[in-house]
Amino acid sequence: MSHPVNHGHVYTDYHPRWLRRRVSTYWWLEKPAYFAFILRELTCLPVAWFAIYLLLLIKALVDGPAAYAQFMAWSASPWMILVNVVSFVLLVFHAITFFVAAPQALVVHLGRTKVPGQLVLLGHYAAWIAASAAVVWLLVRA
Amino acid sequence: MIKRHPEPLLWMLFSAGGMLSGMLMPVLLLMFGIAFPLGWVAAPSYEAIAGLMGNPLTRLVMFSLCALSLFHWAHRFRHTLYDGLQIKHLNEVIAVVSYGAAVVGSGLAAYLLWQLG
Repeated sequence: MSHPVNHGHVYTDYHPRWLRRRVSTYWWLEKPAYFAFILRELTCLPVAWFAIYLLLLIKALVDGPAAYAQFMAWSASPWMILVNVVSFVLLVFHAITFFVAAPQALVVHLGRTKVPGQLVLLGHYAAWIAASAAVVWLLVRA
Repeated sequence: MIKRHPEPLLWMLFSAGGMLSGMLMPVLLLMFGIAFPLGWVAAPSYEAIAGLMGNPLTRLVMFSLCALSLFHWAHRFRHTLYDGLQIKHLNEVIAVVSYGAAVVGSGLAAYLLWQLG
């Protein structure tokens, strides 16, 4: 079989190339659900930021009381408060969206019955509240 | 020969990091980033916080939190750039930089927490 028009192109018989429209770079602005998706994905930035913040705190603790006082003074500057308030809101969004997705990935069985997804989600919220209360208790008691 | 793909391992790290950061980061950020700086709650003294962090269990939790959260970030960041901005031609560079940063950060966390003991 000859393809006089398509010299240099290889077409395989059983693997057609689908016609694909080029998706706009701003596709995530088209629907609120798309925007929520990209916002959820962007929560990885405050997650990384707070990991770095914790490392800086630990570094200050290694360096001694003066470095700790300096870290606490730095964390009280208006820009840091602003960054941390925005990060906190996004971290809560991250936590909720992650727990909501958990029942999809984590199917729990009790004996032969499957535990409903809503119950798995409630378990995550209960663990979240317990862990948060434990951290507050440890820090306030200290 | 079956080609071993790193994606399942990277997804496990992403997933564990998402779970741990979701459980612990909001409350820790609320305390250290907002409540202590604004004086809502009295900040713990150096001795108190150093004592708390000196505990091996606390240090283990802190290491897991920092390391897994960084791998969570690396995985999600890579996929966000891939899906959101459709930067496909730089995919390998972005992967090396992201996971590389997570490895370096984890090493730093281990080193600092080791010194705290």
